Amino acid sequence: MNRPLLWVPLGLFAIFFAIVAAGLTRPKDNIVESKMVGKSIPEFVLPAAIEQRPALRSTDLATGKPQLLNIFASWCVPCIAEAPQLLALERAGATINGVASRDTPADIANFLNRWGNPYQRIGTDERSVVQLELGSSGVPETFVIDGKGVIVHQHIGDIREEDVPKLLQMLKEAE
Amino acid sequence: MIAETGLIALWLAAALALLQFALCTIGLVKGRDEFFAAIRPIAIAQGVLVTISFLILVWLFIRSDMSVKLVVMNSVAVKPLIYKISGTWGNHEGSMLLWVAILGIAGAGIGLFERTLKQRTLVTTLAAQAFISVGFYAYLLIASNPFERIFPVPADGQGLNPLLQDVGLALHPPTLYIGYVGLSIAFSFAVGAMINRDVGPDFAKAMRPWVLGAWVFLTLGITAGSYWAYYELGWGGWWFWDPVENASLMPWLAATALLHSVNVLATRDGLRAWTLMLAVVAFSMSMIGTFLVRSGVLTSVHAFAVDPTRGGFILALLAIYIGGAMAVFALRVGTVKEGSQFEPVSREGALVANNLLLSAILGIVFIGTLYPLFVEGVSGDMISVGAPYFNLATGPIALILVAIMAAGPLLRWRRDKAKALLNRISIPIFITAAALFGLVLFTTSMSTLSLLGLALAAGIAVASFAPLWKRNLRRTPMHTYGMIIAHFGVAVALVGMASESSFTEEKLVAASPGDEVIVNNWKVNFLAIEPIAGPNWTALEARVTAQYGDGAIHQIEPQNRMFPAAQTQTSEAALLTRWNGQLYVVLGDSDEQGRWQLRIWWKPFVTLIWYGGVLIALGGLLAMIGRLRRAVRQKRQREYAEALI
Repeated sequence: MNRPLLWVPLGLFAIFFAIVAAGLTRPKDNIVESKMVGKSIPEFVLPAAIEQRPALRSTDLATGKPQLLNIFASWCVPCIAEAPQLLALERAGATINGVASRDTPADIANFLNRWGNPYQRIGTDERSVVQLELGSSGVPETFVIDGKGVIVHQHIGDIREEDVPKLLQMLKEAE
Repeated sequence: MIAETGLIALWLAAALALLQFALCTIGLVKGRDEFFAAIRPIAIAQGVLVTISFLILVWLFIRSDMSVKLVVMNSVAVKPLIYKISGTWGNHEGSMLLWVAILGIAGAGIGLFERTLKQRTLVTTLAAQAFISVGFYAYLLIASNPFERIFPVPADGQGLNPLLQDVGLALHPPTLYIGYVGLSIAFSFAVGAMINRDVGPDFAKAMRPWVLGAWVFLTLGITAGSYWAYYELGWGGWWFWDPVENASLMPWLAATALLHSVNVLATRDGLRAWTLMLAVVAFSMSMIGTFLVRSGVLTSVHAFAVDPTRGGFILALLAIYIGGAMAVFALRVGTVKEGSQFEPVSREGALVANNLLLSAILGIVFIGTLYPLFVEGVSGDMISVGAPYFNLATGPIALILVAIMAAGPLLRWRRDKAKALLNRISIPIFITAAALFGLVLFTTSMSTLSLLGLALAAGIAVASFAPLWKRNLRRTPMHTYGMIIAHFGVAVALVGMASESSFTEEKLVAASPGDEVIVNNWKVNFLAIEPIAGPNWTALEARVTAQYGDGAIHQIEPQNRMFPAAQTQTSEAALLTRWNGQLYVVLGDSDEQGRWQLRIWWKPFVTLIWYGGVLIALGGLLAMIGRLRRAVRQKRQREYAEALI
């Protein structure tokens, strides 16, 4: 039996250990300054994701009023976790548009039916093309966009309860 | 005083585990064999004590003893008895106590029933089992005491998460845990075998029934969990690739590989190192799953209350046990003699392929589950790896795996001819091809994966019975029947999965009372909405009738339930099961015009997924019983022969 090969399992376990130990000790901070902050939304046109909501174009994001753009997916578990926060933002008067990433209309409708629909418009981004152009690497992510269509802030990961006032403040400041 | 009694029993069990470990180690190192006589009784006593501790916790929940913090946090006095009992394990501390109790019972099981292992291997095995127990007892007593009191005593509790108030949940975690933690026996066996260099057919035969037993429970637990998620979450899906689901799938994949490779070791004395590694990996995956679920490093809908100290504690235990076992593996297995060799085209060859493919799937699931954590560590981004990745990456491998599953049992041990094999499976191949042809002709919009899955399932269903060809059915051993049933179960489940993903019809409507909705052959009539009240909830219930074709009219009642104690809402889907599928109706919210959202699915043959799972478990059970009976018979024959001499 090849001796060095026998150490491979232990080595793999050590890697696993390092990753999760780092994950455990890392403070849960998910505000990352993105390269897209200060840039305009790239031009795009996305078809409607579900029948009940209209399609989403980049021009819909520059209406004069600051708004949120949320990238989500029905298969994404953190998106479920952040759904109540999005609804709270909507109740607080925020305009929220959605981009559904790599999803099907049935699954999206199902997801929104179950967890609530805070979106005014939802575009479906079947191949994550727009998502990538926006500089987003995963779901969920939320962009704060000012009235002229310029990205003010990129929130990576799910929106926690404590993020809601921060996002509302940013929307206010963007006016 | 009851709670304190439970705590004392737990402390005593921990002390006994420590004693068991110490006696085993001293006895082994100093060669004091007289110590060994005490070890079996200690292992049994430890199992009894921890079981008593767990039963006391159950009793506290039944009595709704609101002076115990855990009961206050997770129960409420007005709740059906069954959910009071299941509330015991519907939380972190209680489920951890169940976990540890099963660990203790597993150790007691070895002490009571294991008669074939060599003495030193058995003692080392019980030492390893006690060593694991000590760590988890410490974890419970130091970081997760379930018997903690609360003062002042509140008038009532805060209730159990409504999603968990379900008959499925009453049985699902215990079943799953018996499987999960039962694998600790294989782990301890492997450690015992490695340290004593006692790896061979006798060892494999001793380990096999334990692995099968744990695997049967794990299979049942996963099947039940999948069905529970299917009807309770109201999403209409049966597997979500959630980290917690993956945490139960990974030990199952490893254990499935193990129970195939252990046959090679038992029959042909091959795959020694590999089998040992799998035995270590299977229980390691159980422990890693426990860690992932409870430490909060991954976001999941199932997550328990998150506490980083607890995470750190379990991670330290993982490092000791998994790291330790893998270090023993690296140091010792090099000195274990290599097993016998075989040709690529042989029963062993097919089983090796089975093992490699199962391991590949395990790797994919493992990486997918941990990838978000990894990305977060490297770039700070938080992402979610979803079903698209898992389906795409595991699907094709799983199909190759089941194709090999059809051929494997028809191969001879050691060496066979590819041509002869082709001859033996010509009929299943023909059936698969015919099914594929028929499906391509007569169906539209099937995905490639489902298409191949359905066609393969047809072939496998036949191939799984091929080992009976030209055999005396009455003299065929029971474990062969077990294998046939389990493999047939895979085909059955595969039909359900492929059919569900391809032929499901779905409608989302906003309906007013009196409206009729047509889905496939179903006429669904929405009659009325009525408020009703249950023991600890109130609900809006839709009166719906459904009629399939010209058949009988059935009444169903999907509900939206409100649980005041927990201030949450759950949707209770209404299911109507026919032999050829299930109608699944979910009641949504109402709109301003007084219409109600109704989501209706017709899922042809979806139930086969779970019937298949049950068949797989049944096959495992038959194999286990068959093996045990044969071992007893052989022992009797040996004794008889010795008596004659």
